[in-house]
Amino acid sequence: MNELIKKHSHKVNEILAKYPPDQKQAAVMPLLHLVQQDAGFISRESMQAVAEITGVSTTEVASVVGFYTLFHAAPEGRIRLQVCTDVACDLRGAKEYLEKLCAALGIQPGETTPDGLVTIEEVKCLAACDRAPMFQAQMGDELSYHENQNVDKTLDWLSSMTASLRKPESKPTTAEEGGKHE
Amino acid sequence: MSEIFLLRNRLIPGLNQFKVYLENDGFATWKKAVTSLKPEDMVNEVKASGLRGRGGAGFPTGLKWSFLPNTIWPHYVVANADESEPGTFKDRELLEFNPYQFLEGLMLASYAVRAQAAYIYFRGEFWQIAQKFDERIAELTAAGLLGDHLFGTDYSLRVYTHLGAGAYICGEETALLESLEGKMGQPRLRPPFPAVYGLFGMPTVINNVETLTNLPIIFGKGVPYFRSQGTEKSPGTKIFSLSGRVNKPGNYELPLGTTFRELIYTHGEGILNGAKIKAIMPAGASSALIPATEAALDTPMDYESVPTLGCALGSASVMILDETTNASDLVNDTVHFFAHESCGKCTPCREGTFWMSRIVDRIASGKGKKEDIDLLESVAGQIQNKCLCALGEFSIVAVQSAIKNFRADFDARVES
Amino acid sequence: MDKLVTLKIDGRSVTVPAGTMIVDAAKELGIVIPVFCYHPKLKPAGMCRVCLVDVGRPQMDRATGAPVLNEDGTPKIAFGPKLETACTTPVSEGMVVWGATEKVMEARKDVLEMLLTSHPLDCPVCDKGGECPLQNLTMKFGPGESRFKFDEKKHLAKRVPLGELILLDRERCIQCGRCVRFQEQLADDPVIGFYNRGRSIQITTFSTPGFDSIFSGNTTDICPVGALTTSDFRFGARAWEMKEKPSICTQCPVGCNIMYNIRREAKSSGRMVIKRVMPRQNEEVNEIWICDKGRFTYHYAESPERLTSPLIRRDGELVQVGWEEAVSYAADKVKAAGSSLAVIASGRLSNEDLFTLKTFSNRINGKAILHTTISGGDWVSRCGLTPGSNLGELGGNDTILVFASDLHEEAPLWWLRVKTAAERGACLIVVNPRKTRLDKYACHTLRYVYGEEGKALQEITSSSGEIASAVKEAENLVIFYGSEGLGLAQSAYVAESLAGVLQSGGRVGKPNNGLVAVWQKGNDQGAWELGFRTDEKLQETISAAMGVYIAGADPASEDPQLKIALQRAGFVIVQDLFLTETAKLADVVLPARAVMEREGTAVNGERRLQHYLPAIPAPVGTRADHEITSAIAQAAGLDLLEISVESIFERMTAEPGVFEGITLMQLGEVKEQRPSIGRNWKYYGGTSYDNHHGLGLVLPLNTEVPLLTAKKAVPVTEVIAGRLLAVPVTRLYDRGGTVTASDMLKERISSGVVSLHPEDAGKLGANTGDRVVLKFAERELECGLELNPDQPSGVALVVRSMGAMLAAPAEVAVVVKTAAKDS
Ligand SMILES: Cc1cc2nc3c(=O)[nH]c(=O)nc-3n(C[C@H](O)[C@H](O)[C@H](O)COP(=O)(O)O)c2cc1C
Ligand code: SF4
Ligand code: FES
Repeated sequence: MNELIKKHSHKVNEILAKYPPDQKQAAVMPLLHLVQQDAGFISRESMQAVAEITGVSTTEVASVVGFYTLFHAAPEGRIRLQVCTDVACDLRGAKEYLEKLCAALGIQPGETTPDGLVTIEEVKCLAACDRAPMFQAQMGDELSYHENQNVDKTLDWLSSMTASLRKPESKPTTAEEGGKHE
Repeated sequence: MSEIFLLRNRLIPGLNQFKVYLENDGFATWKKAVTSLKPEDMVNEVKASGLRGRGGAGFPTGLKWSFLPNTIWPHYVVANADESEPGTFKDRELLEFNPYQFLEGLMLASYAVRAQAAYIYFRGEFWQIAQKFDERIAELTAAGLLGDHLFGTDYSLRVYTHLGAGAYICGEETALLESLEGKMGQPRLRPPFPAVYGLFGMPTVINNVETLTNLPIIFGKGVPYFRSQGTEKSPGTKIFSLSGRVNKPGNYELPLGTTFRELIYTHGEGILNGAKIKAIMPAGASSALIPATEAALDTPMDYESVPTLGCALGSASVMILDETTNASDLVNDTVHFFAHESCGKCTPCREGTFWMSRIVDRIASGKGKKEDIDLLESVAGQIQNKCLCALGEFSIVAVQSAIKNFRADFDARVES
Repeated sequence: MDKLVTLKIDGRSVTVPAGTMIVDAAKELGIVIPVFCYHPKLKPAGMCRVCLVDVGRPQMDRATGAPVLNEDGTPKIAFGPKLETACTTPVSEGMVVWGATEKVMEARKDVLEMLLTSHPLDCPVCDKGGECPLQNLTMKFGPGESRFKFDEKKHLAKRVPLGELILLDRERCIQCGRCVRFQEQLADDPVIGFYNRGRSIQITTFSTPGFDSIFSGNTTDICPVGALTTSDFRFGARAWEMKEKPSICTQCPVGCNIMYNIRREAKSSGRMVIKRVMPRQNEEVNEIWICDKGRFTYHYAESPERLTSPLIRRDGELVQVGWEEAVSYAADKVKAAGSSLAVIASGRLSNEDLFTLKTFSNRINGKAILHTTISGGDWVSRCGLTPGSNLGELGGNDTILVFASDLHEEAPLWWLRVKTAAERGACLIVVNPRKTRLDKYACHTLRYVYGEEGKALQEITSSSGEIASAVKEAENLVIFYGSEGLGLAQSAYVAESLAGVLQSGGRVGKPNNGLVAVWQKGNDQGAWELGFRTDEKLQETISAAMGVYIAGADPASEDPQLKIALQRAGFVIVQDLFLTETAKLADVVLPARAVMEREGTAVNGERRLQHYLPAIPAPVGTRADHEITSAIAQAAGLDLLEISVESIFERMTAEPGVFEGITLMQLGEVKEQRPSIGRNWKYYGGTSYDNHHGLGLVLPLNTEVPLLTAKKAVPVTEVIAGRLLAVPVTRLYDRGGTVTASDMLKERISSGVVSLHPEDAGKLGANTGDRVVLKFAERELECGLELNPDQPSGVALVVRSMGAMLAAPAEVAVVVKTAAKDS
């Protein structure tokens, strides 16, 4: 029996109910969000599970995982700290902010802190241009915006979060397909 | 003082609460429409209003609706809430603070084309917003405003949310449909257009959030009232997302045809630390760098006038550059944005944006040569008019205009 | 017939059906508009943008709707600001296309230069070198040199196994998506896809096993660069070093047209060896495709297990002897046996082998027996497809009925062509006791209980019901029948009944109407046409015979009763490639030649007679089957001294019957194939070969066979409670001699030989991977188990040619021997 259904039969049916019965494939993305919500990333097994439910091939599901930046095929930092350095934010010093923040955490964009808790990423416009510098924190599928930031403000928030997360954590592995989106 | 059609949340506190919205005769228009209006009349009404798409293309909304064949069923309506154009943050304010007016607009559009199901496609980052909408949709259903046999008629309507997962291209309507169908967000060949072959292969209307939010005004207060704002060809108001080197960035709802000068200096309160304005980007990363001449500043912001400056009004996300900003640095941002967002389907966009990103990096690193500037310009020209969708074409606008208008900024970055 | 449209391309006028894309219209004129992502057999994608052309359309007066004219009265043509993609733009009346103007050439060069920015340019070592569209088109249209800095290239994995059969070179891939679209649109196995996006987009597979599709090899033919290659060919040879030898694939009854690419190899001591098998276009047989079995099994010919010297039995041992001795020994036995000699052959042999054998047994009044699992071939001779038939034309108002066959497993290309016919609108009726891959495309599926074929036949022939009327009212009706769950007796009954449907419909002799048997071997139909018949009492025949002469058949490994019978038989002569179970029981074993080592003709299931030539020299010490037979005959004093295939063919076609008057010349004739894939350029259709060597010829019906006899239904096998009905089924990748001997496909052969419904397995506490014992009335045998929820409960499906020998439905009890480690 399908793991995902076993675990979330109610949610799965809710999702399927959104689309015409002969258009199950449309449920692929919502189901992937569901998977990522409780696992933090999307394993090959869960891709299979989603494929079974929607009647498409695992490869078709994988293509979707691979295409979208918010889907992750490998476990990474428990908190993904995504700083927008796009045009509008850059015009308000977002790049400088990112640089300082990375220095403070001792990692480069795209890297994860040794304790596997925090991953910093440089991302594109998040529609908060008027409150730059800003970042979006992704934990599992939970997203939160943090606007009008400066490095100290961010570090305070981080330490409060990581304190609550700090438990023995295995080091992150990388996805078989390697990193996405250069 | 100009009229406010959209950001009414700024006049009425708590408008994003169902109760408050109802108190301000919310959904009265919806009830009126379903119980007493003919769909075809509504389509004509929107045609008469002259409403044009606020998502970027500025296409006449009523005309778009009239393309749906009445021989193929079911019809669908999809709200484009993917708002991903860098510098655009207007839809987000509507979705968070005036959501019911948008929903009412979406429902009116659905009734006008006799769609019994409508989807709202949110960009993945709008995750909480989407969740809130699920609750609101439940609210409306409980209140008998959505569901079967509305107001005792034989018309039924259901509204669903669908969440993207980080892809700018999914704002493009056909890529959006692919994404909604559970595939990679790669644009489709057109024709056939969504109006004929859209969601699940059925006739589909796709409208931007802001476009739809105008509908309760048009059907509620009438065409003349709507036309009291804006210009003959670009009637109504528009939310301008002002960002960049200004003192007061933010959303400003103003009549179409307002000048850049008024937006930047009256509403945006001028340039940061009194610096000198350098250039205007009226349509986010997809727009040209327009030198901020007096003439440019006095240009009215509407769908006819802005193109005379060499680029479309687009989603009206106005980004301001001042003398402290180097145009080539900014082009570095736009080029990387498009290289990152290219869906990879067509060669010129996939390879061209990648190639340009390598060149601008060389320039930024200081290792660039003068020839690299010419190469960049010629690669941009090489991409032009060859792409499958507009993303690729957008990717070169800033590059070409920046090199044309601010070449000195590039020269300053390369070995002389 | 669609309405026709006339347009001008590069000043030349052409008329094509409306809806034709500009690129195809240009092809009609022989004008090259380069394409990468477009393929004539796939839906247009408009991705690569290399086909951009300048398109003008007659200007219309908005008011009057009349065309606007120039001074000289010619219509004014309006050209758009942008170039358009010729692969996605349909032609329209009066259209004017320019495909070679400066503007167009410039655009073409631009796109090519951009593609090359991320291409490794490793042509000197690339497998596609010499037959690479990217290489060819770049030479013709590309930029002198790239302005892209090589050290800024994106470096990617160059050897990614998508599975053990297909390798991917990610640097060479140009993301045209042909492979992905082929798998999705034609193979219906969307098991490879794109991953990531932008410049990081890559081809990947997430299926297990990797790239899990029986059509996977075709993607290497249509890949316009050297990105996809077959693992047995990669770096194997350069295109121009190889010779081309046209042939026919005899792995199944489809008879795909193929081309062997051969080369002299130092590492095989200077011998000519086959480097790869390529499809050869025949739009009436296999179009431009072949399945992976046909592409990868040829390795069996290179197997060290091949017999290269005659053997005879001396005091219980098989020992090597010279041909002379072996032949005269066999001849003596044959003479001794006289009319009580049973000749047993299979459709693995050519018509010439079979004709010789038949004449031989006629001379001694022996019996000519066809050893196969399916019967009723004379009904196919009588009511089969006729000249002018082509599955590729079926659609619209036609009906295709598939009875007791899993075409995907038994005849892959027929599956593909039937599926596409259904997609063109043909009404497909699938009648099978279990779900098969075709059901998805059927407008009617009819399930019956194994053993109760009769009930299903009644429904088809009944006076009412959707299915019956779909059969009756069809403009054309093609019926496939196989041996799913059937023995000889049952399949004979099925064939006769279905032939009746065609007769009562007055369809016999009409093109695109007819009965097709899904045979096990490539030339079973030929054997029937030549008078070989199946023998439902083969066991008794053998036991009774003084001698048995077996050519190209292995009854002992397929049926235990026959094995026992052969042990009892007077003496046994066997001709084969390998020391089969049957050969092990023989008194004389004579080493034969593989199909690619000799000439011959064969008749496919659609009754198309096709000619093949030797591709590589045969191993020393082997002889073609017909040579062996004539040698024995001569030694036995019967003169049928026909050595060459031509002379036998002439004899065969001199005799009255379906072959009468046919010449090898006729089999070599070709008419133009559409789409014309133009191998000379390869950018269009891929590396599949044009057909210059003959399309073959469909045989006339054999009117000698009497019509409508009294059908004899076969009694249903009774099964007592607690036991199951064991039925034989066919699978593509079995343990048949050629598949195992070629060992390319060994990982694709399932370990499961018997499959049960999970329900029944549950009762036994059995699991996939377990070893189980099948207890039949008179014997037991052990084999691997697999579970299949898509099969009915109450039955045990026993896969043919996998060692678990079952000739006809039988009652069985299944007992778990050892549980699989993992479960
Ligand atoms: C690359 C690209 C990105 C787009 N992004 C958006 C977007 O984020 N939101 C949006 O409403 N329209 C976007 N559009 C425009 C849509 O394709 C479409 O024209 C619009 O949603 C139609 O709605 P409207 O007529 O109400 O404007 C985008 C178009 C392109 C080519
Ligand atoms: S592997 Fe070949 S066929 Fe597939 S996308 Fe790449 S270039 Fe095209
Ligand atoms: S776009 Fe026409 S062949 Fe690729």
